[in-house]
Amino acid sequence: MKPLRPGSMRPIDFTSGRVDLTHGSGGRSMAQLIEELFIANFDNEYLRQQNDQAVFEVPKGRLVMATDAHVVSPLFFPGGDIGCLSVHGTINDVATAGARPLYLAASFVLEEGFPLADLRRIVRSMAKASMEAGVPIVTGDTKVVEQGKGDGVFITTTGVGVVPEGVSPSGDRARPGDRILCSGSIGDHGVAIMAQRESLGFSTTLESDTAALHTLVERLVKVAPDVHVLRDPTRGGVAATLNEIARQSKVGMLIREAAIPVRQEVKAACEFLGLDPLNVANEGKLLVLCAPADADALLVAMKEHPLGRQAAVIGAVHEDPNCFVQMETVFGGKRIVDWLAGEQLPRIC
Amino acid sequence: MKYIDEFRDGGVARAVAATIAREVDPTRRYHLMEFCGGHTHAISRYGIADLLPKNIRLIHGPGCPVCVLPIGRVDDAIALALNQKVILATYADCLRVPASKGLSLMKARAQGADVRMVYSSADAVKLAQDNPDRQVVFFAIGFETTTPPTAVAILEAQRLGLANFTVFCNHVLTPAAIAHILESPEVREHGTVPLDAFIGPAHVSVVIGSQPYEHFATEYRKPVVIAGFEPLDVMQAVLMLVRQLNEGRAEVENEFTRAVTPQGNLKAQALVAQVFELRKSFEWRGLRAVPYSALRIKDALRGFDAEVRFGIETKSVADNKACECGAILRGLKRPQDCKLFATVCTPENPMGSCMVSSEGACAAHYTYGRFRDAEAEAGP
Repeated sequence: MKPLRPGSMRPIDFTSGRVDLTHGSGGRSMAQLIEELFIANFDNEYLRQQNDQAVFEVPKGRLVMATDAHVVSPLFFPGGDIGCLSVHGTINDVATAGARPLYLAASFVLEEGFPLADLRRIVRSMAKASMEAGVPIVTGDTKVVEQGKGDGVFITTTGVGVVPEGVSPSGDRARPGDRILCSGSIGDHGVAIMAQRESLGFSTTLESDTAALHTLVERLVKVAPDVHVLRDPTRGGVAATLNEIARQSKVGMLIREAAIPVRQEVKAACEFLGLDPLNVANEGKLLVLCAPADADALLVAMKEHPLGRQAAVIGAVHEDPNCFVQMETVFGGKRIVDWLAGEQLPRIC
Repeated sequence: MKYIDEFRDGGVARAVAATIAREVDPTRRYHLMEFCGGHTHAISRYGIADLLPKNIRLIHGPGCPVCVLPIGRVDDAIALALNQKVILATYADCLRVPASKGLSLMKARAQGADVRMVYSSADAVKLAQDNPDRQVVFFAIGFETTTPPTAVAILEAQRLGLANFTVFCNHVLTPAAIAHILESPEVREHGTVPLDAFIGPAHVSVVIGSQPYEHFATEYRKPVVIAGFEPLDVMQAVLMLVRQLNEGRAEVENEFTRAVTPQGNLKAQALVAQVFELRKSFEWRGLRAVPYSALRIKDALRGFDAEVRFGIETKSVADNKACECGAILRGLKRPQDCKLFATVCTPENPMGSCMVSSEGACAAHYTYGRFRDAEAEAGP
C-alpha cells in the first residue's frame, strides 16, 4: 500500500503573524508553535523528547527550587527584555541559596494578537541567556488568553539547583558584627525601565543590569562557605532587601551612604523624579552578609568577578530589637532606610 | 552631580555645624519652623537634626500641598472620576491621599475610575486633545510653585478652543497660611507655642519673591530666612536665623539668592493674576478654614472651571478625632506625641494629613527618623 502524503503545514509567519487562540488550544498550531519556536530555540535533549515533563538524575546534596513571574512593561528595554530577565531572575533566586542552578521550566501566558516577531525575539533572548548561563530550559507550557485579558506576554520560570555541603546562606542568619557587601552600582535596572515608560519624556544611555549571578555566587561560597546571607535586591531595591533580612534575623543595620555605589545617571534620574536609588530595582546585583573575618576575602573575590568589579563594603549589622536599618548620610546625619510605602511615586515639588 | 553634590557636602556641613554650635546661646531656645515640605524632607532625609545643638528644634510646618488638601476636595475628585466618568488627570502624590469611605484616587482606579498620573499640567491639556469625546479634568493642587503652570494650561486650552478640558482648582497661598499660624491663639498668647523664626519656602519664593514675607518680620517680629531645598541650604539658614535671634533682629534674609529675587518671577505672577482670583476662605486639612488662602478661576474663564461645569459643592469632612495633625502643623505637638502615630497611622494606612506624603511631618519622621524615639525611650 502506498504511504499517505505527509500532512503539510505552512511555516509560522514570524514576520507579520500574530498570536491567536489556536496557539494555545492544544491543536496542530500549538504543536507547531512549540516545535518551530520553543524547541527550535531552547533545543536540548529533555525538550526533544516532547513529554509534558522533564526527567533527570538528581545529584547529591540538597535541592533548591524557586519560581518567579515576570510581567515587566515595557517588554523590551535598554540592556534586556522580559525574556532574558525571566531566565536571570529565577537563576538568581536559586543561586542566592548558595546553589548551583541546574534546570529551568518556563510558562508563557500570551495575549491574543501579540506579534509573533516579538515573541520570537523574546524566546531567542531567553535561549541565549539560558545557554550563556549553562542552565537549560527543560520543560514548559503555553496558554493564550483573549485580547484585553493579558499584557502581551507574561512569563513564569521555575528553577531547581543543588546546594553544596556546608553552605547554607539564609535571610535569618545575619548576626551582630556581620559586614554588608554590595556587588555593584544600584538602581540601574529600575531607572532604565522608568526612562522607557512613555510619559516621562527623558532619555538616558543607562542599561538594565540584568545578569545571572550564579557564577559569582559559586565563587563566593568557595571562598567563604559559611557566608551568612546572599540576596539579590530586586523589587523594592536595597532598602527592601535589607529590611527583610533585618526582620528575618531580628537585627539592626547601619549602612554608609558614601560607600554605596550609584551611577551618576541613576542619581540624576532619581533626583529628577524624586525617587531614592535605595528603593529602585536591580536585576544583577548581590547583597552579601558575612562574618567580619570573611569580609576581606569575599570583597576580593567579588572584585575579581566581572559582575562584582565595583563591589564595596557598605555597612554592618548590630543588635537592635526594633530591627531598624539606618544610614549615615553623606551629610553626616543619620536616618532610617525604610521599606517603600505603597508604590514608588514621584513627588511634585 | 554638578550643582547638587556641592550642596550636600558632609565636610562643609560639619564646618557650618561647628559654627552654629559655637554661636548658639546655651541659655535660650531656638524653635524654627520650616514651612515647606521640601525642607521637612531634606531635614529628615539627611538627618540634619543630628548636626544641630539640642536647643535648636525644627518644627515642621504645613507646607506640604498634598497634606493640606481637605478630604472633601479629594471626595469631589473621586466623585468626578467615578460618577461623572471623566478622565481625571493628577500629580502622582495625590493618588494615595485617603478620602471618605476608605477610598483614594488609587482605590477608585481599581473600581474602574479613569485616573491618569501626569507630570505637568501640559500633559493634562494633551490628554484632552487626544480624547475629544471625553471630559478631562485636571485636579490642580499645590502652592504658588504649581499655580503658574495651571494658569498656562487654562490659557492654552482657551487658545485651542478645547470644550472638554476643565480644572478643579485647589491652589493655595503660602503667606496666608503663615499669617494664620501666627494669628492662632496658641502662638499669640506668649509662650504657649514656641515659634521663634521661619525658614522660608524655596520654590514658592522663586515665584513670589522675598517681599511677601516682610510683613511677618515687621509685624510679628519673626525672622525669616528663605532657603533652598538642599541640606546645606537648610544648615546655612539655621545659622542665619541663630544670628538674627542672638542679635535681636527680625528681618527677611535670603539664603537662596541663586534663585530668589525680592520681586520674584513677574511673568508667572502676571499669568496667575490673569487666570485666578482670591477665594474668601478655603479649608486646609489640619488648619480648618483659612481666610483668603486659596485661588479660584476667574469668571471670564469659568468655562474651564470644573466646579462650574460639574456643579461641585464641597462638603467639609472631619479628620479622626484622635488625629493631632492640626496641632502638629501649628508646632504645638510633635508626630511622636500623637496616639495614632506609628500605631494605626502609618504611611501604608494614613489617618491624617501629615502621614500622607513623604513631605508631611509624620511621614518624614516615620520614614526617616523614628529610630530616635526608640533611642529617647532607651535613655542616654
